Amino acid sequence: MEQNLKKLNISVTLLRILIGWHFLFEGVVKMYNPDWTSFGYLATAQGPFDWFFSFLLGNVNIGLINTLNIVALMVVGITFILGIFERLGAIVGIGLLALYFMAHPPFPGLTQMNVEGSYWLVNKNLIELVACLVIYQLPTGRYFGLDYLRKNKLKIQET
Amino acid sequence: MKWTRRDLLIGLGGLPILGAVWWAGASKVAGSRSSREEILEQLNITPSLPPAVPGIGGDPVRIGVIGFGIRGEQLTRALGYATPEWLEEQRLANLENPEHKALEDFMSLEKLNVKLVGICDVFDVRAENFIKAFSTDDNQIKRYLTHQEMIQSGDVDAVVIATPDHWHAPMSIEALNHGVHVYVEKPMTHTVSETYLLREAAAKSNAVFAVGHQHRQTLSFSTARDIVEKGTLGHVSLVQTNTNRNDDNGAWNYDIHAKASPDTIDWEQFLGSAPKVPFNKNHFFRWRKWWAYGSGLSGDLLTHDYDRLNCVLNMGIPSSVSASGGVYTHNDGRNVPDVIQVNMEFPDFSTGSSQANGKEKGMTFCYSATLGNGFNRPTILMGHDATMELGNRLTVWPDGASTRYAEMLEVEKMKPNVPIYQYDPAASSTDAVSSATSQYFADKGLMWTYINGVRVDSTFLHMREWLSVIKNGGKVSCGINEGFDEAISAHMAGLSWKLGRRIEWDAASEQLVPIEGVDFDQVLLANENWNEQPEMVG
Repeated sequence: MEQNLKKLNISVTLLRILIGWHFLFEGVVKMYNPDWTSFGYLATAQGPFDWFFSFLLGNVNIGLINTLNIVALMVVGITFILGIFERLGAIVGIGLLALYFMAHPPFPGLTQMNVEGSYWLVNKNLIELVACLVIYQLPTGRYFGLDYLRKNKLKIQET
Repeated sequence: MKWTRRDLLIGLGGLPILGAVWWAGASKVAGSRSSREEILEQLNITPSLPPAVPGIGGDPVRIGVIGFGIRGEQLTRALGYATPEWLEEQRLANLENPEHKALEDFMSLEKLNVKLVGICDVFDVRAENFIKAFSTDDNQIKRYLTHQEMIQSGDVDAVVIATPDHWHAPMSIEALNHGVHVYVEKPMTHTVSETYLLREAAAKSNAVFAVGHQHRQTLSFSTARDIVEKGTLGHVSLVQTNTNRNDDNGAWNYDIHAKASPDTIDWEQFLGSAPKVPFNKNHFFRWRKWWAYGSGLSGDLLTHDYDRLNCVLNMGIPSSVSASGGVYTHNDGRNVPDVIQVNMEFPDFSTGSSQANGKEKGMTFCYSATLGNGFNRPTILMGHDATMELGNRLTVWPDGASTRYAEMLEVEKMKPNVPIYQYDPAASSTDAVSSATSQYFADKGLMWTYINGVRVDSTFLHMREWLSVIKNGGKVSCGINEGFDEAISAHMAGLSWKLGRRIEWDAASEQLVPIEGVDFDQVLLANENWNEQPEMVG
């Protein structure tokens, strides 16, 4: 049992770091590129929630949307890679991925733009979202990450 | 409390990963930006800014509209006057699809200092519609039964001519002779001899003459001119431009009005110089299908593509033209071809060369059209150093064997399949285009241009320029010289198709090289295959 838990922890840690890697890289690339904007992605939103994205574009400054997106990506990336406050990171990640999913849902009848592969109802955004759910439920920062130092420190102080 | 090495490894193990990912992301962006900047710096292309046009001050320009059909209505809208029916149609279209913004676009157009004062249309319903829609208590619009009556009335400063082709020149000449300003639709003339007569009339007149090639206002085309002038493409040896349409509207089978009859249409006047045939609704509403009134693909659509390229390259009239094609997709009694290939030769033309002096010279302009397929073939300018796709968007790709970019290609700062320049003034705009035919024009940059990301009707800009020149002097961007080039080139294409032989232009004498026993005008106007097949109509 103990052995299985250890294996699970290693796997989830690996999953956490790779997801963090993915988010952080996206965030950094967007942050350093002044030409990047989420306008096209949002403007081409389709499916049952497209009204929400049109509303967003019409009522919120695009610069603010861009900044929030970059900050959210980096929060997930940093918390997941460093292994601290990862539950907060997981919630942000789930929210962000849910938005990405809703903007371009792989529903039958909608044209899939800029995607490789074929999808029906489920796409990689949705799978990564569920992976974030796993990270939320199984925080591993205390096994590998800054939380290990924090938790150990607390433990030492307790004794 | 002391951390062991193991503690630190476990606790801070994420830090190097974080650093590595951050560094990789930042350097990826920096790397692609610096090579992009280097390329842009080398190319030194300046995207064009909207032209500053002096205001149209003083008394409003009094305008008479001749021809209130499909194009006449569009031109009148560009002047700021839309019929209530159109406004309602657009309102409903917008309710159905919020991205259909024609109404919003129309409402946001700047008000031009014009006053509609007269209408001349041989179809009662259209003339009455015009009066009903635009007459107000303090401005009663007058209907003129003939264009001469309107032009000679003294009540009209300028006319907008949107009639069948065979009326373009006679009306324009009449107006110019009476000092009335002219905005005439393309093609400027219907025969070769008319083209000279009109040029003469324009030269003698003080009135401002403009041809309705509205795309001269499209910003991407002026940017394209800058790209070509800077030698970005190297020597352009081939230009490919195309028409692909596959719907009834695109094949000129327009709706026939229910109220059309010999009682509501002045048939004799419609015919004018055309052969006297009995009243025929098809001929009236779908006149583009017969040489008697129109000029088919060569006059109707080739002219767009020719002038689009002439405004970018300024190549003038080709030294020779050969055309082939036939009535292959709409065998419905028309006698203009619905499939045509036109090759125009410019043996002395060059856009500049990056190779040994004298190695490169000459260009073929190839226009390929079908009304039986809607696949979008872009306009492409093919140079030794780069290829440019020309539309409302511009894209330039380096050529793998380019001399000018050899070094950058060698070190892979440029790659043949990666554009070195893209110009997309509409990048931040998502507008729905309503029909296949409008999409055709929009893709070509013939409907709108984009100013600060907002789409603007290029016809509006074109008419505004004409009105501004009327009031302030200056030069219109598509005047008699540009119209002369366009008309002669189109007639050469039509003649070549009809005669099945090469038509040559003698630039020195500014004449078509004569062919023994052939009267060019007679050939252009000739109507074989004239008989209608009634079962194909509708």
